[in-house]
Amino acid sequence: MELGEVVRRLEIESLYAEYGHCLDADRLEEWPDFFTEDCAYRVISAENFEAGLPLGIIYATSRNMLVDRVMALRRANIYEPQRYRHLIANIRPLNGTTWQDDGTGLDLSANFIVVRIMQDGAASLFATGRYVDRIVRHDGAWKFARKDAVLDSRQIDTLLAIPI
Amino acid sequence: MDRHVPAWPQEGNSRVPYRMFSDPDVYRAELDRVFLGPTWQFLVLADELPAPGDYKTTFLGETPVIVTRGADGRVHAMVNRCAHRGNLVCLKHQGHAEALTCVYHSWSYDLDGNLKSVAFRRGIGGKGGMPDSFRLEDHGLRKLRTDDFAGLVFGTLSPDAPPLADYIGNLIGARIGRVLHGKPKILGTTSQILHNNWKLYVENVKDTYHATLLHTFFTTFRVSRLTAGGGVLIAEGGGNHASYTRGKHDTVGREGSDKLYADIQSMRDGLRLADPRLLDSVEEFGDDVTVQILSVFPNFVLQQINNSIALRLVLPKGPAETELQWIYLGFADDDAAMTERRLLQSNLVGPAGYVSMEDGAVGGFVQRAIVGSENECSILEMGGHEHASQETRTTEASIRGFWQAYRPLMGL
Repeated sequence: MELGEVVRRLEIESLYAEYGHCLDADRLEEWPDFFTEDCAYRVISAENFEAGLPLGIIYATSRNMLVDRVMALRRANIYEPQRYRHLIANIRPLNGTTWQDDGTGLDLSANFIVVRIMQDGAASLFATGRYVDRIVRHDGAWKFARKDAVLDSRQIDTLLAIPI
Repeated sequence: MDRHVPAWPQEGNSRVPYRMFSDPDVYRAELDRVFLGPTWQFLVLADELPAPGDYKTTFLGETPVIVTRGADGRVHAMVNRCAHRGNLVCLKHQGHAEALTCVYHSWSYDLDGNLKSVAFRRGIGGKGGMPDSFRLEDHGLRKLRTDDFAGLVFGTLSPDAPPLADYIGNLIGARIGRVLHGKPKILGTTSQILHNNWKLYVENVKDTYHATLLHTFFTTFRVSRLTAGGGVLIAEGGGNHASYTRGKHDTVGREGSDKLYADIQSMRDGLRLADPRLLDSVEEFGDDVTVQILSVFPNFVLQQINNSIALRLVLPKGPAETELQWIYLGFADDDAAMTERRLLQSNLVGPAGYVSMEDGAVGGFVQRAIVGSENECSILEMGGHEHASQETRTTEASIRGFWQAYRPLMGL
């Protein structure tokens, strides 16, 4: 493995770690900064994803829509206090791609587990799944140009407020 | 209802005892009397089963049901329970099969639910097997009546349910036809587990009073306000309803409306969307109705919010648990821009919906709050005591209509 790839893999590992920490620490206002301005972000069930059905539980086609999502969560929507704990692992190039960066970005997948902790302390396995992502280098940092959080289950317990 | 349930309050439909949402005896009785009683329940979209052999499984209440496209091209529905020893016949959520074969002992049914073969029926070497008196034709799957309305397939196990078109009625039927104006194209599905009795969600759907108060996104971004024109249409019998918002004009003017809603926190902030394409809707239905929420008793909902169209099915899963299934629709002749518009507007609804996520939780809040207060009652007096159509949404008339339809079935 050449040194450049080692460095790239460490950078990408860090990107995912920071992404999960940002959401878990309730720093939602910083969350859109992980994305490019013209990004696409969806939370979608594996059932829809594999059937080629486009519907996302969250469906955004710009960073500004992510800004709006955070604003609505903070100012308009009503939900019980809750936090997440993300475990993100098994980051690897999507099938048929490599860790090499040809200048146009990388296609990656990563597994996630999200535990949801309610204000009374009840913790539950809220979501499992995989990210199907495209990252690009922008102003010296990796950003998500596309992120699909593909949920293994078709069922959401109660509601999905905080993004995955 | 005969088991330990006190008489209904004398105020009638404007009081609902909280035990209706938590009592296991009430729940058990309504599985039989409402869901297996003379009601029609949504099963599938006809377009979900395009080819003979396509099938999907669903429920009448908690009773599992198979819906098939038969060799005759018609939609059939049967209880998903083998006539032999009661096993589930179809295990998959949906699929395609030439015949329906139970995995337990390989009893096999045709797509209409008729028993066609029994493994080792004649025994082996003259020993064992079924008696000669056993007749295949006496042991099919239990069949539902099915009927189609505007491409929506409904089913019932009751011979006493009136014809589907009569059950839906002209008033509400026309409002279904208004939304389902083309060949549907499914954009996706999702499902929510709600920690509340199914009727709390159905009440919420019929509750035109709460929508712009609980869902402040509605109000803040002027998607819908009570001050806009609108009303509720309630079918004779009370159980079916359609509420509508005339979004183009506000009855008290923009400033008057802002004043009436001034106590809502997010209103005061003067919030604006950074990317307002979410609210970029187009006129689609030939009228000025921007929001229409419609229900067919007991558990079917058809929603139009701007250009976002979805079917919702409310499935009981116990006295205090409900599955809410969503099917999001467009139409076969939508262009790419229209599909994208519907997908963006789908952010308004569903488990993460800007104007619906609260509905996933508020029923659970009620469910928690009523513990120990089973003999007390909720108050449904907004808009009076009747359950007739009204030209306002500042009313609980359609919720009273639900209880008007529900109580006779339950003997309450």
